[in-house]
Amino acid sequence: MRTVLATLASVLAAACAAQSQSTPETPLERAAEKTARAPFSSTYAAPVSAPTLIRNATVLTGTGARIDGGDVLLVDGRIAAVGQSLSAPEGATVIDASGRWVTPGLIDVHSHMGVYASPGTNSASDGNEATDPVTAQVWAEHSVWPQDPGLEAALQGGVTSLQILPGSANLIGGRGVTVKNVPATTYQAMKFPGAPHGLKMACGENPKRVYGRKGQLPSTRMGNVAGYRQAFADAQDYMESWKEYDTKLAKFEKDKAGGDEEATPPKPPKRDLQLESLAEVMRGNLLVHNHCYRADEMATMLDVAQEFGFKIAAFHHGVETYKLAGRLAQEGVCGALWADWWGFKMEAYDGIQENIAFVDAPEGGCAIVHSDSEEGIQRLNQEAAKAMTRGNLAGFSIAPERAVRWITANPAKSLGILDQTGTLEAGKMADVIIWNGTPFSVYALADQVFVDGVLLYDRAHPAARPRSDFSL
Amino acid sequence: MKKLALLAVALLLAPGLAAAQDILVRGARVHTAASAGTLQNADVLVQDGRIAAVGSNLAAPAGATVIEAEGRPLTPGLFGGITQIGLEEVNLEPSTNDAELKLTAPAWQHMWRPEFDVTPAFNSRSIVLAVMRIEGVTWGTIAPLAAGSVVIGQGAAVTLDGRYDAALPGSNTLFVNWGSAGHGASGGSRAAQYMLFDQAIREVREPGSSAAAALLQPEGRAALKGYLAGGRVVFHVERASDIRQVVRFARARGMKPVIAGGSEAWVVARELAEAGVPVILDPLENLPNDFDKLGARFDNAKILNEAGVRIAFSQTDSFHLRKNRQLAGNAVAHGLPWEAALAAITSAPADIFGVGAARGRIEPGQTADLVLWSGDPLEVTTVAEQVWIAGNAVSMRSRQTELRDRYLERLRSGATD
Repeated sequence: MRTVLATLASVLAAACAAQSQSTPETPLERAAEKTARAPFSSTYAAPVSAPTLIRNATVLTGTGARIDGGDVLLVDGRIAAVGQSLSAPEGATVIDASGRWVTPGLIDVHSHMGVYASPGTNSASDGNEATDPVTAQVWAEHSVWPQDPGLEAALQGGVTSLQILPGSANLIGGRGVTVKNVPATTYQAMKFPGAPHGLKMACGENPKRVYGRKGQLPSTRMGNVAGYRQAFADAQDYMESWKEYDTKLAKFEKDKAGGDEEATPPKPPKRDLQLESLAEVMRGNLLVHNHCYRADEMATMLDVAQEFGFKIAAFHHGVETYKLAGRLAQEGVCGALWADWWGFKMEAYDGIQENIAFVDAPEGGCAIVHSDSEEGIQRLNQEAAKAMTRGNLAGFSIAPERAVRWITANPAKSLGILDQTGTLEAGKMADVIIWNGTPFSVYALADQVFVDGVLLYDRAHPAARPRSDFSL
Repeated sequence: MKKLALLAVALLLAPGLAAAQDILVRGARVHTAASAGTLQNADVLVQDGRIAAVGSNLAAPAGATVIEAEGRPLTPGLFGGITQIGLEEVNLEPSTNDAELKLTAPAWQHMWRPEFDVTPAFNSRSIVLAVMRIEGVTWGTIAPLAAGSVVIGQGAAVTLDGRYDAALPGSNTLFVNWGSAGHGASGGSRAAQYMLFDQAIREVREPGSSAAAALLQPEGRAALKGYLAGGRVVFHVERASDIRQVVRFARARGMKPVIAGGSEAWVVARELAEAGVPVILDPLENLPNDFDKLGARFDNAKILNEAGVRIAFSQTDSFHLRKNRQLAGNAVAHGLPWEAALAAITSAPADIFGVGAARGRIEPGQTADLVLWSGDPLEVTTVAEQVWIAGNAVSMRSRQTELRDRYLERLRSGATD
């Protein structure tokens, strides 16, 4: 509990620090200053909802606490209170949740919904810009098809927010987008307000296989590393050229203000969308989500990050993270993992079922259950249950109130949205699930799923659940 | 001496089987997966690798190992589904993968090779076997895999206890892709699958009838002939209209069809029940992943079961094969009765693959493939505590448990990474 609060505080502090630094630095931000709405920004606004009081449930708050006989009050799309014997405001819908469990809405940090949608047609295969090993300039959101029927299935499984990432064909695959799992016609209307972009990077077999076949760099792991480093070195140079421009511009403005009629404005450098993304990583405004299976390669990536002064938010798919759990905890890097995937390729050969428990164990450890799968995203709770079970058998002591953080608070932390969602704490978004029993069961089903206080899925009323245009 | 040392090493490396002895499991919640259903506080006696008796207050023969179950569940060893276990050590490493025949040719001169049988390639010493065995999966079906073929080849049910001759007698099966699964190999139209299959049948029944561009080799004709005389043929097919067509097509030509996949089987449930055609499905398939699966839904298993169709469960990945009981648990969450879900990973697949007289149930005379569980066997928080195959206690170790223990020790000693 104390650990979680401490972590929360440090994340909030980091978020604030990032905020104060983010004066409009990129051309996109500069453009945004002149308009009411920044291009590509969120247009999501939660609909008005009546207050709801959920009563007498087993509440897992996501902060590490469990409240038996607990109440959760949702008002105006936010969590108003969590505790016991709360009183219902006037006009509130009161739900008797006796015998049922309540958790924060689940968050999947690794999804390809909408970029590799169902059905998997040639037309909609939009997740990998596999034409160059570095495509930091592409944004997954520009491929997202909001009618992917996988989204409504994920909602039925309790997923209220998710990060949609480019695939792993490239060393640097592009920007990921965090969305709320709400039915919408445009991706902007799903986009999580204020969430930072992710940047997808990939270690190991995939990039070297894809480009090695084409007879170009990278065809080896050393080629991979050279590729990341050169890309960031180019971005440093790019940042330098903008800095020079800013200096010249400041001088020009000063000279002009001083009455120098001859002063000519400097010519800005050409915008380079790829280097802009990488510069944003180094400024701390983009969070690196790094597909990386093997422990030795993770250690290499930590060195790359150190060389260029950025931080890796999470290693994804790290089936060998258990070999490096202490180091990751020390460096504040999350492990976004499967409960038991392994074996399908050499870099997945050493997978074990206790991986998540290992990552969770050290002080400051940040374990996340992720899906990378339209099937798995529907049952993150079951995957967490498997990992918890294996951890406990191996001698770790993991209660449900701790394990639930793997699918709520920890993914929120890695996405930079923990100040908004991921736990049941007053003031946060009312993203809440009522389960038919313990969520740590194969028989668990979400009875009701609230997103920003709006009851979006109700198992008792299947006809009212969201259905994409495709599902009609 | 050298020879002896080698022998000792071989014994050490051999799958962890203790010598068979009499075993009495006492006081278990016995899920027989047979007509007896679930027996509370029951005993199971194993002698000579077979189940000798099931009942209460059974006496332990002299020298028998007695296991006090203390009410824990005992089930038959589980079916792992149709996968490539033992045929692929690492999926993406071609040198370790023997599941697919790639004698490539342009489609118009593509040969059908029903004589391709993967069972001789089965590696009983694969590390994957131990990983799955200790999760209670004692047998499964191995099948060839080929996205670019209609007739893929033959496979069989295998025991996972590590013996070299693992194929179970009477379980040989022909595997066929149908609908969009076989699209690429039938000239871009699923209609041509019927045309080509009939051409192949004609080549079998009237050798010499075909022109130079025959589909089958003489060995292929011989192999297919057996399947046209009541042989078991698994069709990987998803769309309702294709299921209906292919069942009629196969039965009219003497085959005994089994549907695998069957996302839309629920639509034609009554016809399948009437024809006695079983369906091997994945209850987690609820999305329209392609246009053959637009009708996929969570309660496919429930609807088929209610209609009287025999169902079994399988996902398709060798490395996820231990997940089969999670599939069964989810089917229960979506309305399938618990006993039917257990049957779908034990007795039903045993019957479908022709080994039901020897495996899949806890009944006297059956091979003693047994699993003692920590709790509800379909629950994700339950683990297999002890597995027996043919009466032998399986060593509950795998490469994964070795890795776990090595790094547990390092974590506990506070070693820096």
